[in-house]
Amino acid sequence: MTVLPRNGARTKRVHMAKISMIVNGNPVTGNIDPRTLLVQFLRENLRLTGTHVGCDTSQCGACVVHLDGKAVKSCTTLAVMADGHEVKTIEGLAADGAPLHPMQEAFREHHGLQCGFCTPGMIMTAVDLVHRKGHDLSDHLIREELEGNLCRCTGYQNIVASIAAGAKAMAKSDLA
Amino acid sequence: MYEFKYHRPSTVRQAANLLIKNEDAKLIAGGHTLVPVMKQRLAAPPHIIDLSHIEGVDGIEMKGRSLVIGALAKHANVAASPIVGEAIPALAELAGLIGDPAVRHKGTIGGSLANNDPTADYPAAVMALGATIVTNKRKLKPEEFFQGLFTTALESDEIITKVSFPVPKKAAYIKFRNQASRYALVGVFVARLPSGVRVTVTGAGSDGVFRVEAFEAALQKRFSPKALDGLTVPAEGLNSDLHGSAEYRAHLIGVLAKRAVEAANNRA
Ligand SMILES: Cc1cc2nc3c(=O)[nH]c(=O)nc-3n(C[C@H](O)[C@H](O)[C@H](O)COP(=O)(O)OP(=O)(O)OC[C@H]3O[C@@H](n4cnc5c(N)ncnc54)[C@H](O)[C@@H]3O)c2cc1C
Ligand code: FES
Ligand code: FES
Repeated sequence: MTVLPRNGARTKRVHMAKISMIVNGNPVTGNIDPRTLLVQFLRENLRLTGTHVGCDTSQCGACVVHLDGKAVKSCTTLAVMADGHEVKTIEGLAADGAPLHPMQEAFREHHGLQCGFCTPGMIMTAVDLVHRKGHDLSDHLIREELEGNLCRCTGYQNIVASIAAGAKAMAKSDLA
Repeated sequence: MYEFKYHRPSTVRQAANLLIKNEDAKLIAGGHTLVPVMKQRLAAPPHIIDLSHIEGVDGIEMKGRSLVIGALAKHANVAASPIVGEAIPALAELAGLIGDPAVRHKGTIGGSLANNDPTADYPAAVMALGATIVTNKRKLKPEEFFQGLFTTALESDEIITKVSFPVPKKAAYIKFRNQASRYALVGVFVARLPSGVRVTVTGAGSDGVFRVEAFEAALQKRFSPKALDGLTVPAEGLNSDLHGSAEYRAHLIGVLAKRAVEAANNRA
């Protein structure tokens, strides 16, 4: 990951930027170095560590979150560019302690993960896919749409099965 | 990534003034080329000017006989646009082949053209359709705009605002993906316009996108894959790297051009 000075450790020359956005339904603010990536802001400032950094080079999709409802790679998005916008992370899919989101439940049920590192990005990508393409997804389409998400463990078979099942379950759920 | 000062103009004029005032400033649109390049410290602009909050420059509309796409239009929006799908389905398809869904939610047509990556997809369409690139200062034809590897005619205070595509009679784009990067190892765009046939190639040329005039002349006589039988592109001057030799790319150009003509004929 890009090494940045943390809050407080900055030199005077840095032009800080004030930002505010809605994250998982809650208004948040920050006074950040403009270099801060959205994923860093989420993980390091807000301590929402469900969003992962797998590659830091826009390839693996472990960092996928929703920006204004669309799946994006938060390692390739500057936090300042999300100022004034709405972000949803894996933590925002279902309330703490409440039943899991149907896509999360489907990954559990169909064993769509092994180490789990890629899972937050897989699930956020899958939910965006359902929003765009509906609840009846062919395996072929799911595989095409997972172009930007890498998993080093599962071999994808169960991920594809989880997404197909999760997409169907979402039709019957109140959780978006 | 090195430090920079962040600016957020709300009009193209403000953005242009910021470019004039701040030496070595860089525009950012989707950031899906610039952020990776800055992370690698291959670019270290002291000022970043964010175009993404300027309103009214991401529209997609028909203006007379032309399809006009705002510079800030995202790949996903071009791919899903019914207007593009109706007017130039090959262009919608091309946009849907760029990167992956998350990349397409951020990357813009203006950013792609300004970057002029020799393996990018949009340059093939812009050159084949003879589109006009409109900036805050002037209008440019593809032949003037693209000036070789990662180089364009854009001046330091120039901003692409839109791209105007003439609607072809037939067109198709066939991309042979690099399996790792998803960029084009070779991509061929074929367009049959009232003014003639154009065949362009991305991914293969060491100077970026180029036209294949021999193919164009043959297809002008007869717009069929058979018209290309026996015609080849010389390997000389083509890219050669660990993904494919120049000879391999030359061969692919012939194969993909035939497939593109067939796809264009099947669509009409
Ligand atoms: C994982 C991944 C896979 C990709 N795969 C592909 C692919 O298959 N095919 C493909 O073609 N591309 C691909 N791309 C590139 C992607 O399409 C980029 O988004 C695009 O090339 C740049 O657009 P942007 O809006 O992100 O530009 P930015 O990164 O914001 O800017 C790129 C350059 O253009 C300049 N610029 C931006 N907008 C303007 C403007 N309006 N006027 C003047 N200058 C401007 C900037 O100053 C900068 O120099 C991929 C990218 C990634 C990260
Ligand atoms: S960490 Fe963002 S794509 Fe891998
Ligand atoms: S479960 Fe380990 S990377 Fe996907």
